[in-house]
Amino acid sequence: MNSVNRKLWKYNGGLHLEDHKTCSNQMESRELPMPKRLTIPMQQHIGEAAHPIVKVGDKVLKGEMIAESSARVSAPIHAPTSGTIVEIAPMPMPHPAALDAVTIILESDGLDQWCELHPIENYRHVSSDELRDRIRDAGIVGLGGAGFPSYIKLDPGQHFAIETLILNGAECEPYITCDDRLMRERPEAILDGARIMRHALHAKRCIIAIEDNKPEAFAALERAQSQSGQADIELVLVPTLYPTGGERQLIKVLTGKEVPSQGRTLDIGIISHNVTTAATIADAVIDGIPLINRMITVTGESITTPQNIRAPIGAPIEALLDFAGRENGVETQLVMGGPMMGISLNSASLPVIKTSNCFMLQPKQPTVPESPCIRCGECAVVCPAELLPQQLYWHSRAREFEKVQDYNLFDCIECGCCSYVCPSNIPLVHYYRFAKTEVWAQEREKEAANIARMRHEHRQARQEKAELEKQERMRKKKAALKDKEKGGTDDAAKKAAIKAAMDRAKAKREANQNPEAAAPTDVPSQEAAATETQPATIPESTSKSES
Amino acid sequence: MKSLISSPYTHGDSSLQQVMLQVVFALIPAIGIHFWFFGWGIITNILLATLFCLGFEAIVMWLRRRPIQTTLFDGSALVTAVLLAITIPPLSPWWLILVGSLAAIVFAKQIYGGLGFNPFNPAMIGFVVLLISFPKEMTQWVAPIANGEQGIGLMQSLQIVFGSTGLDALTGATPLDALKTGIRMGGEVSGVMAATPIYGQFAGFGWESVNLAILAGGLWMLWRKTIRWHVPVAMLGSLAAISTLFYLIDPSRYADPIFHLLGGGAILGAFFIATDPVSGATSTKGRIIFGIGIGLFTYIIRSWGGYPDGVAFGILLMNMAAPMIDYYTQPKVFGQKG
Repeated sequence: MNSVNRKLWKYNGGLHLEDHKTCSNQMESRELPMPKRLTIPMQQHIGEAAHPIVKVGDKVLKGEMIAESSARVSAPIHAPTSGTIVEIAPMPMPHPAALDAVTIILESDGLDQWCELHPIENYRHVSSDELRDRIRDAGIVGLGGAGFPSYIKLDPGQHFAIETLILNGAECEPYITCDDRLMRERPEAILDGARIMRHALHAKRCIIAIEDNKPEAFAALERAQSQSGQADIELVLVPTLYPTGGERQLIKVLTGKEVPSQGRTLDIGIISHNVTTAATIADAVIDGIPLINRMITVTGESITTPQNIRAPIGAPIEALLDFAGRENGVETQLVMGGPMMGISLNSASLPVIKTSNCFMLQPKQPTVPESPCIRCGECAVVCPAELLPQQLYWHSRAREFEKVQDYNLFDCIECGCCSYVCPSNIPLVHYYRFAKTEVWAQEREKEAANIARMRHEHRQARQEKAELEKQERMRKKKAALKDKEKGGTDDAAKKAAIKAAMDRAKAKREANQNPEAAAPTDVPSQEAAATETQPATIPESTSKSES
Repeated sequence: MKSLISSPYTHGDSSLQQVMLQVVFALIPAIGIHFWFFGWGIITNILLATLFCLGFEAIVMWLRRRPIQTTLFDGSALVTAVLLAITIPPLSPWWLILVGSLAAIVFAKQIYGGLGFNPFNPAMIGFVVLLISFPKEMTQWVAPIANGEQGIGLMQSLQIVFGSTGLDALTGATPLDALKTGIRMGGEVSGVMAATPIYGQFAGFGWESVNLAILAGGLWMLWRKTIRWHVPVAMLGSLAAISTLFYLIDPSRYADPIFHLLGGGAILGAFFIATDPVSGATSTKGRIIFGIGIGLFTYIIRSWGGYPDGVAFGILLMNMAAPMIDYYTQPKVFGQKG
């Protein structure tokens, strides 16, 4: 099937950017020589960090699981090569806030020796659950950059019927070409991955969408599909427009449907995955190979030969930069991801992680000062989420976080189109990230306050219950006592003893009550004295504060 | 700058200065035509207004301890100066322009916090302050130079501006003003127009050419996407609609729509002033409502109000309504339409 006469839809806004793709997509991808040391953070995905299941000094084989997690939203991590665990400690990782994560350092033994792999002979004879388990155990997460555990997106539950599986090969960010190269070099793996996912989801149809600035990738997939003898996957060329690779935007372009705001794609019967994720899933299912390496674009004006490199997870970024060649002499800026949505890294010694699709090394840009917003509205013209970025900015800046939410802050996909066109050079997305973080922090605080309140209420209820139980016990005891009295037992001596004791207690109580009775008469006079003295002290203190 | 630590790391080639300068460039043809018909007055107006506006801007920035240079050269004060200069009668005395610039830059713009924070269009505030305070000076226009006539020379112009020569003999009323006075005195539209030599082909000799040049500049800005179509189309559309309606009801008392579109400040207001994004509505639907409102107010004030032209008042009135319009015209965001 091809896309020539297919109807496509449009979303609001978007940008025609210079794509800078040909600088890196002309060359066959190359394999990075295995580095001596691999630095493997436990947090390479959205969700819970994985926990190391190896100790310092352990020998591991290539592909062996070295960290896992019991949390649903998490992903295990595997050894990218054979060697020895030499250190487990918190270390900086590639993250916008340069956060630390527990990290395993693996020293390669140079043998690159595989552990035993368990291929699945024919995935069609295997249940969805088993496929999902395999994909989870292979540590596969969204490789387009999001890093969400893939198996969850293959588990729609019983309430959702999946109409369409979309494989996203749009790759709309400028400079990045790793999906492009992978589609050209391993189209069969992508098609296999698509079929496996479709089988797991019972999806009625499957579309692979590619922006029309990648005709070679499209042709490669077309060729692979015709060689496979199956025409079960629809290959669609979509117009090149940033951010068509955004999940919601691509779904709109392909189906005309809009994913509900704050909703999920499966609410409208659609699941989408990245093409590189598909190829990795094919490897995991057909060959039993977990996610231990990936294709990475190394590009930018400060790279001598921009290209795509297959590198193990944990390889130092500088090894990739040096492999592609660095221009000397200029101060540079390193970005992971593309120029529109990437994160800037302050060190090239950080490691490659599962979501590293691109490293871009650019000469440092001169700083341009931010001017006032003139509300020209160009940001709203280009906003693919149809927001009013100028209003979001206005209220974020004023820290009016409720108003910001009224203007649908959380529908912002942070694509950066607004900042790109802003004549006043305002880093708008930065303001939205700030506002989102603040709202989250406020929500956490509210949550904490709620928990505290609930605990207090529970405690009160507990105390009340205990009190009631105590009273109930007393009542029962008294009743039992009365019953005994009524019963008229013969031991009068005992009775007399009790009466004597009660009398003693009564006398004691009366003796105690007298001073208590005297006290209340004292109290008002004390209060009166206090109120009398107060007016005298107040002018004193005010005069002090005045002086 | 923050964008170094947060994406995107790339930026388009638009800048504030460029946007502002494009507005000024778009006015050049109109200034040329104005010069052709009305002589040196427009040039002295622009030079003086630029000097005063930039001067006031610099003084306020100095008082506020803000960077003077970046603000001065962002072009916003220049745009205000040129727009104010075009609305003030040519060969106006220097002090008139000084007062107008003070009102525009200091009171309408900087007191609210400077560019981006002013609720009203500064040039229009400057203009209206002058119109209300100095009605005589503000409604006397130099008569256009007819074919073959000799205009007022540069030296004489300077003498008029700086106060050593009287102007009275050379001036007359604007077409809108003359029409209003004529009708009030019991005349009919066609009669008034025929009796006074200031009316040209459709709206006023000289005026209509200047307005066509302003229109050309406005269309150029639309093509360059310096402005968007919503406000000008809505404003001129509503003005045309309501003037057509009343013209059809009683052509003897109401001027035709062409006269309304080309005879006063409607074209300038629609393309150059109502499109000021700072003081206008910002959502697409909001901009249309904003433009329609200006068109209607313009017509109402022109036809039944005390002032000959209503564009400035219409814009200021709708400036006031802009925040509310924006609040009630939020577009439905992606995924909320179903």
